[in-house]
Amino acid sequence: MSKIPNNLKYTKTHEWVELKQDGTVTVGISDHAQDLLGDVVYVELPRAGRKAKAGEACAVVESVKAASDIYCPISGEIIEANGALGDKPELVNQDAYGQAWMFRIKPADPAELNQLLDAAAYAAFIAAEAH
Amino acid sequence: MGHRTPLYNEHLVAAAKIVDFAGWDMPIHYGSQLEEHHQVRRDAGMFDVSHMVIVDLQGAEVRAFLRYLIANNVDKLKPQQALYTCMLQEQGGVIDDLIVYFMREDWFRVVVNAATRAKDLAWIKKQAASFKVTVTERPDLAMIAVQGPKARERAYEVLDATLREQAAQLKPFYAAYSGDIFIGRTGYTGEDGFEILLPGKDAAAMWRALLGKGVKPAGLGARDTLRLEAGMNLYGSDMDETITPLECGLEWTVAWEPATRDFIGRAALERQKNAGVKRKLVGLVLNDKGVLRNHLEVRVSGIGEGEITSGGYSPTLGKAIALARVPAATGTSCEVDIRGKWVPATVVKPPFVRNGRAVVVL
Repeated sequence: MSKIPNNLKYTKTHEWVELKQDGTVTVGISDHAQDLLGDVVYVELPRAGRKAKAGEACAVVESVKAASDIYCPISGEIIEANGALGDKPELVNQDAYGQAWMFRIKPADPAELNQLLDAAAYAAFIAAEAH
Repeated sequence: MGHRTPLYNEHLVAAAKIVDFAGWDMPIHYGSQLEEHHQVRRDAGMFDVSHMVIVDLQGAEVRAFLRYLIANNVDKLKPQQALYTCMLQEQGGVIDDLIVYFMREDWFRVVVNAATRAKDLAWIKKQAASFKVTVTERPDLAMIAVQGPKARERAYEVLDATLREQAAQLKPFYAAYSGDIFIGRTGYTGEDGFEILLPGKDAAAMWRALLGKGVKPAGLGARDTLRLEAGMNLYGSDMDETITPLECGLEWTVAWEPATRDFIGRAALERQKNAGVKRKLVGLVLNDKGVLRNHLEVRVSGIGEGEITSGGYSPTLGKAIALARVPAATGTSCEVDIRGKWVPATVVKPPFVRNGRAVVVL
C-alpha cells in the first residue's frame, strides 16, 4: 500500500503538492508513482525563472523501466529546483515526499490549488486506476 | 494468471514484484533491480529461469541431427562441454539462440528461450523426423542460475559431496550431472557461476538452501541489465527471424568449417557473406545523462540510419548503454533520437563490462 500523506494535495498525474506558509508550493511525485517507475536513474528538472502552466510537462524522471514526464500541477514561476537529485536520483524511490522534492513554484493563481485532489480522493483515484 | 514455476511462492515470500513474461508470472525485481544487479557483479545472486525450455535429444543419430540443425558445430565439443549457437531457418534468419550440452554420444541437452517454446519445439520435431532421434521436452525440470564472483563458492555448499566434487572440476561451459541434478558452468550475466537444472519438486528446497548461504534473489530486470552490460544478445530484441547471425554480431557462433557440413541456412548465409553484409550490431554508450531505449532511431552522419535493438541503463558504468543495428560502415560515433532531440553516442565493441569492470574506453 503506498503512502499518501494527508497534509498534501495530489494530481491525477501523480504529483504531490505542498502549500507552504509563504504562499509558495513544493512539488514532487507520489510514492505510488515511484513504485510504478522502479529504480530512478536520472531526473531532469526545470530551471528557476521558467514560467509554466498547469498541466504543462516541466520535468522528466528516467527510471530503468521508462521515461516519465512530470507535469506542473498549477500555473506559476519555478523558483527553485532540487539540486540533490542530480547526484542521488535514488532519493525519489527512497524518500518521495521528503528529500526527493523536485521543484518549488510561486503560484500565479492560488485558486488553482482547489482543483487538486486531497489524500482521500487521490487514494480513491489510484485504487480505481488499478482495475 | 500465467504459468508459475515451482519457485513462485518463494518469490512472493521474497516480496517480488511479479510481471508477465512470455505467459509466465515472473519476478521483475525484489525491491531494487539496481541493487540486485550490483549483487551479482560483486557477490552472488540467483535467478529463477525455470520458464526456459529444456529439451533432451537422444538416440543413435543425435550428432548427425545437430550438425544439420544448428549453425555452430557440435563436433567441436569434448564430452560434457557446451556451446552457444543460433538455430536458423532456410533464409538464414534466426529462429532462436540456444545452448547445447554434449553429455553422451546418444544424449545432448538443449536449452531454448521461453518466449519461443512452441515455435522451437515444432521446428526441432519437424527437422528430427528424418533422423533416429527422440525429442523430449523436460517441463519436470526447474532451473536456478547462480551468478557472480562468489556464486560457485556458495553453490558448492548446497551440493552433496559427489556433485560438489564434479562441479568444482568444471571449466567454463562444461556441465556435470549426478543423480537428479545437472550443473552447467554457464550463464547469461558475464559473471562466473552455475546454472542448476533439477526436478521441479526439489527446486524450492534448493532455492532456500542457497538463500541460507547468502545468495540473494535477483529478478528479470537485473538479468536484462547484466546481460546487456555483458554484450549478450536477447532473442526478440537483438535478432529475430528477419535477421541473420552475420547482422547481429553472432558470426563467431557460425562454424563455417568444415565446408562440407551442410546446416539449415548455410547457403543463404554464404550468399549474404559473399554479397557483403550491410548491417552490423554495435554497442552504444551515451555520453550524457539519459537512458537509451529499444527502437530509438540512430543516425550516422554521411552513412545512414539504424535502430537501437536493446537499450538500457548500465548500473556498473553509471551510463546508458545499448546494442544497435546500424549500417556496416558506421564508425565510432552516431546520434540517437531521444524524445525529439538528437543526442550524441559513442560506438563501441561490446562487451561493456567484464569481471565486474568497465572494458569500454570512453
